[in-house]
Amino acid sequence: MPDVIMPQMGESIVEGTVTKWFKKVGDRVERDEPLFEISTDKVDTEIPAPEAGVLTEILVEEGKTVQVNTVVARIGEGATAAAAPPASPKAAAPPVPKPIASPAPAPTPAPRAAPAAPAAVADDLRSSPLVRRLAQEHNIDLRLVKGSGQGGRISKKDIEDYLAAPGAPVATPTPAAGPAPGSALLPPTPFPPAPAALFGRYEVEKLSVMRQRIGEHMVLTKRVAPHVSTVHLVDCTVVARLRDRVKGQFEAQNGVKLTFLPFFLRAACSALKAFPNVNASLDGTNVVRHHDINLGIAVAVEGGLLVPVIKNADEKNFLGLQKAVADLADRARHKQLKPDEVQGGTLSVSNYGSFGSLFATPAINQPQSAILGLGAIHKAPAVIDDAIAIRSVAYLTLTFDHRLLDGAIADQFMTELKRVIEGWGEEIL
Amino acid sequence: MLECHWQDLGPLDYAAAFEMQQQLAERRKRGEIPDQLLLLEHPHVITLGRHGRPEHLLAGEEHLRRAGVSFHPTDRGGDITYHGPGQLVGYPILDLREWKRDVTAYLRALEQVLIGALGVFGIAAGRETGLTGVWVATPSGPAKIAALGVHLSRWVTSHGFALNITTDLSYFQYIVPCGLLGKPVTSMERVLGTDPGRDRVIAAVVENFGRVFAREMTCQVEVLCRT
Repeated sequence: MPDVIMPQMGESIVEGTVTKWFKKVGDRVERDEPLFEISTDKVDTEIPAPEAGVLTEILVEEGKTVQVNTVVARIGEGATAAAAPPASPKAAAPPVPKPIASPAPAPTPAPRAAPAAPAAVADDLRSSPLVRRLAQEHNIDLRLVKGSGQGGRISKKDIEDYLAAPGAPVATPTPAAGPAPGSALLPPTPFPPAPAALFGRYEVEKLSVMRQRIGEHMVLTKRVAPHVSTVHLVDCTVVARLRDRVKGQFEAQNGVKLTFLPFFLRAACSALKAFPNVNASLDGTNVVRHHDINLGIAVAVEGGLLVPVIKNADEKNFLGLQKAVADLADRARHKQLKPDEVQGGTLSVSNYGSFGSLFATPAINQPQSAILGLGAIHKAPAVIDDAIAIRSVAYLTLTFDHRLLDGAIADQFMTELKRVIEGWGEEIL
Repeated sequence: MLECHWQDLGPLDYAAAFEMQQQLAERRKRGEIPDQLLLLEHPHVITLGRHGRPEHLLAGEEHLRRAGVSFHPTDRGGDITYHGPGQLVGYPILDLREWKRDVTAYLRALEQVLIGALGVFGIAAGRETGLTGVWVATPSGPAKIAALGVHLSRWVTSHGFALNITTDLSYFQYIVPCGLLGKPVTSMERVLGTDPGRDRVIAAVVENFGRVFAREMTCQVEVLCRT
């Protein structure tokens, strides 16, 4: 007849108050089902039943305060849940190491004869989600890892030590039938790292979460989409002169600087309307043509890059676009974007020209089908009607997914964009 | 370093935030997500902890309704409190098994986060023995600037803290805050004489949270890229 005790909720806590029983005497309880609630200063804690059975006795009533480890209730037989192995009865007790099975992906009918549920529980006890993810990424069978923590608990360091150990018996990676979660983006056989000492003096730093995400995303995009880039030389003299002429007044009137970006966003909207296949994404064998034009703007932030999205960019006027760009870029740099502000982009724009790059081949932001790259606007000699003139020009790149788009469409798209920029006629004040 | 996702949800009503916390806490228990820190602001609401004393609510329901304040009994620890515009509410959903299995240490750490964040603005805040929360000294004695109340289920936390930035403190007249008679409340604006700016306060809280709990704080937005 298992006793239910007042758990130890912290080193300095010697007692706790039972504030609520969720069950009455005679009620059936399942293992891990909330049984009662205790209260210590400012913290209420739900305590789960240590085992399945029938609540036979409540020894401490609601409102009573008792010492840690005092028996507060008893759970009796009548357990039908024979499958449930006894759990450690105390919430704070060190978890007991048990035979472990690797965490099988739930819905798959497990081919192995390992007891699924109880073993998974034991696995949970012996490792954290992070450790399990790490183990999965490195194809490590957690059964093989010695845990240095309480009750054999495996820490991140144990995994690292395990990996660092010479000839670590790494579990054979299961043949990849489909992309394995988490690890799918890493090449199955990573390039063997050269011994760091070969390079002389060195230091090692863990990649930030942002860099890991960027890495995963970039490997994914290059793996799934055949990238092709087309580059057009666009004469920006008209917009450059316009900008020079009105930028002072624009800023005074609107409180936001006038940059080149909204000119290109406006032109991109026009080109996307003319060529809806560029405003699309692939979903298996379907092409999803988006009716909204949502432009993602790549913004360099400390340690990486974010792509906030201007929703329905075609419905905004010039000033609206300029304000949206300034606002999103600023909030991206200050880490204040909301989740929905970086989702739902239908075409991304990368303004590497602002860093001086003339010409680049950006990578597509999946699942979009193209990305527009803006090279620096610079003065260059140009031939016009067999005369040489000095013009403000820029190389614009469209990198597209060749599964969905062909060069002909991409070039027509760029021609439309070029037409809007070179013949700019819209009032912007 | 373990990861903690944070996000600023902006204004969110109590019931919606409560449901969101419960869902995240369930997913956290299943190990599907890393630790979370939700930051938000509630419309006027008075909440009462499970073992709080209803008599600490000083105004009648009718009176509250006319003042536009709703009332919610809830399952956090602590007595009665008020949330409203100008307050930064933080709900950490942490698995304490990956930090320390110690609720007292957790409360002290939450206090430390807020003390550190207030320090960024030059506010000398501290603790009062036996009175969980964050306090600042005023000529008339200590005043509470942030309140704490936590719920724990299988070592996964919910609820958390409420820091007064520009809170209209007159709303506290409807209650005996946290059941402490004669202990005044204050706000950053009152201490500083000016609004420090919610975004700057959030930045300071997030930074201190990462430091105190040794977590890498990631703004919960998808990271995408070029090149």
